[in-house]
Amino acid sequence: MTKLNKSKALIAMGLAVSSFALASVAGAEGHGAAPLVINGDIEIVTNTAAPAHMENISTIQSGWEFRTPDTQDLQRDDFDNPGMLGVDDARETWATVEGSEGKSCASCHGEPETLAGVKAVYPKWNEDAGEVRTIEMQINACRTENMGAEAYGYSDGAMTDMSALISSVSRGLPVNVAIDGPAQATWEQGKELYYTRTGQLELSCANCHEDNYDNLIRADHLSQGQINGFPVYRLNNAKLNSVHDRFKGCVRDTRAETYKPGSPEFVALELYVASRGNGLSVEGPSVRN
Amino acid sequence: MASGVRPRVKVPKSASAGETITLKTLISHPMESGQRKDSSGNVIPRSIINRFTCEFNGEMVIDVTLEPAISTNPYFEFDATVPAAGDFKFTWYDDDGSVYEDTQSISV
Repeated sequence: MTKLNKSKALIAMGLAVSSFALASVAGAEGHGAAPLVINGDIEIVTNTAAPAHMENISTIQSGWEFRTPDTQDLQRDDFDNPGMLGVDDARETWATVEGSEGKSCASCHGEPETLAGVKAVYPKWNEDAGEVRTIEMQINACRTENMGAEAYGYSDGAMTDMSALISSVSRGLPVNVAIDGPAQATWEQGKELYYTRTGQLELSCANCHEDNYDNLIRADHLSQGQINGFPVYRLNNAKLNSVHDRFKGCVRDTRAETYKPGSPEFVALELYVASRGNGLSVEGPSVRN
Repeated sequence: MASGVRPRVKVPKSASAGETITLKTLISHPMESGQRKDSSGNVIPRSIINRFTCEFNGEMVIDVTLEPAISTNPYFEFDATVPAAGDFKFTWYDDDGSVYEDTQSISV
């Protein structure tokens, strides 16, 4: 990756003129030299052996490894991580009573920390509903069925904040999404979508994120498309972004009509892509560009 | 009118006299530049934090003018020398007249 240092320096300069103008320049430790430890406490696995079902990649890497040292450092401390603003907002929502049943999230679940480990296994088969559910679908099921409150829009700010909160309490735990049993059919559908070329550019997910990761796409490094760090705070749009928003952006970039966030296609794709990260640590909310 | 504005400050709890410490501040704010238009073509009025100050026991440590090009959630990190125990007072001034304050004590 050293051959690409020059372009990274340019990206870093771009960053320096935004809100970070007064921030001290991050230490000069090289790309990936210092492992990611959040708050000096939570150790994050950012690369490991690929799960058995992956045929073309032997080592899986978190998107964190493809970012510049400046961006990487934003994730080392919760104070520096702008994604934690959304988590703080969601903590307030967590304790707020909404809906006809007079309940808040806290009424049933207690502290958000009781949901540690949940994010690591989602998307997950839900026996009662007979479908694979994402965290967002589960949040809305809780809101409509248990709280009698209105469902959030799938990619609403409040929804993404809440999924960031649920993700944040699982940070450091290994992603371990089940792909067998009842979830298998959905997983197969997701895999099919992953390798299907779409749009005028006729690109599949694999063309970029499997065949060309770490190469430049314009001025940016292609990652492996791992979603262990979602929701992601993007410096690009200065907000938390959900997985399905990212999928939509990617599919749009192939110049195709996209599926909708929350659609069965994206749920299947999320299950498959999540399973490609089995073994990496839950990292969300992460910071990317 | 900006909503959901929340200042956050990180100051070490204690330091030795004369030591230089690092202060970090972040305020959640949309920093609407006044250059953008909404979906019906009307200009969205400017709404930014236009000034940020930090005082230590009444003495000015840093006084910053912010301009519309500063992006969402302005973050400042700077160093200060602590001569004695006291309070750091942080103040953000909003275009709409709101003033957000936070105070953190430090012992030596």
